[in-house]
Amino acid sequence: MVNRAGTRDLRQAAWDAAAEVVDPEIPVLTIADLGVLRDVIVTDAGVEVAITPTYSGCPAMNMIALEIELALERQGIRNPKVKTVLSPAWTTDWMSEEGRRKLKDYGIAPPIAGSGRRALFGDQRVSCPQCGSADTEVLSEFGSTSCKALWRCRSCREPFDYFKCH
Amino acid sequence: MATGSISVTESPVVLYALRRADDALILGHRLSEWCGHGPMLEEDMALANTGLDLIGQARELYTYAAKVEGAGHDEDKLAYLRDVLQYRNLLLVEQPNGDFAKTIARQFFYSAFADPYWRAMMQSRDETFAAIAAKSEKESAYHLRHTSEWMIRLGDGTAESHRRAQEAVDDLWAFTGELFHKDESDAGLIASGAVIDPETIRARWTETVSAVLDEAQLKKPASDWMQKGGRTGSHSEHLGHLLSEMQTLQRSYPGATW
Repeated sequence: MVNRAGTRDLRQAAWDAAAEVVDPEIPVLTIADLGVLRDVIVTDAGVEVAITPTYSGCPAMNMIALEIELALERQGIRNPKVKTVLSPAWTTDWMSEEGRRKLKDYGIAPPIAGSGRRALFGDQRVSCPQCGSADTEVLSEFGSTSCKALWRCRSCREPFDYFKCH
Repeated sequence: MATGSISVTESPVVLYALRRADDALILGHRLSEWCGHGPMLEEDMALANTGLDLIGQARELYTYAAKVEGAGHDEDKLAYLRDVLQYRNLLLVEQPNGDFAKTIARQFFYSAFADPYWRAMMQSRDETFAAIAAKSEKESAYHLRHTSEWMIRLGDGTAESHRRAQEAVDDLWAFTGELFHKDESDAGLIASGAVIDPETIRARWTETVSAVLDEAQLKKPASDWMQKGGRTGSHSEHLGHLLSEMQTLQRSYPGATW
């Protein structure tokens, strides 16, 4: 049985290790940046890491769970468990400022809070992550992964991914 | 060696979760059949992404059904080892893809229900249903917007796209009544606040469908005769063919994994 201080150190070590795991589809973002990493629980039975999916069918979740287990094992934490929690539901609001900046630098427009979900042919304003122009248009509501849409900049003519607000 | 079907004890919660899981899985599977065949690259991705969301929802619902049943089943067994008579999905979602207009109309009718349905289910007294609803609601809102826009583009597009969209609406209309199905098994769950009474969202569905069809210059079919059966396992011939393809690997190589 671990004492309280030991538990706290172990929890922090496990959190730090898990927080380094990156999203396999957007390797500049860690799961801590994304808000996918929710909790680390230390009990007598061991260490359990709680993560939440961005989208119900996100295929990256299995890979992320595996990477977390490996990251903890590398820190000497044996047989860590990863559990998926659904509630509260993930939202792009949980993405850190640091995460938004990294996303933009990587060429993906960060999610814009409060952008309309229901308005048909809705006018969302997304700035081009390359040149910063606001003169952009949507090419496809669905992109290369569940969490992205495909846009194009009318100023620099470059296509870019937009991280959908959710 | 082929493997046989499992038998599931359908308590009210298990049956309720299975019905919604089967809707999501079968519709998601139908959309996956478009992968590589979409009319354009963007739509190919859109249909596959929508299918992925639905299969994700199905996994969560199956996992919950298996947990409540407590008979050692899991999401894979429920998906791969039940035969056509044990499936509880709506007849609407098993209808073949047809052309792009038919796939869009099928998705539109379903999403016009799913969007307000999941939003209402976020208030469920059953915390798992409420959690699944909170995720599914966001995805359904996106699906509804996407398919509404396509209904309008197709219906109010060329003479050919209009003809196809109207044909799709006419063909699928008789399957929309089942969206509001409820029976004795649901009564206790509705009374306890674990699930909603589907009648509470009928007006919203009708309003969405009418508004989009109007804008799309499409006519709502006059007939109100509705075909039922999926919720109790009486399916159209199409589901058996779908399952035989979807289940073939697990039936032929029981327990196969990656």
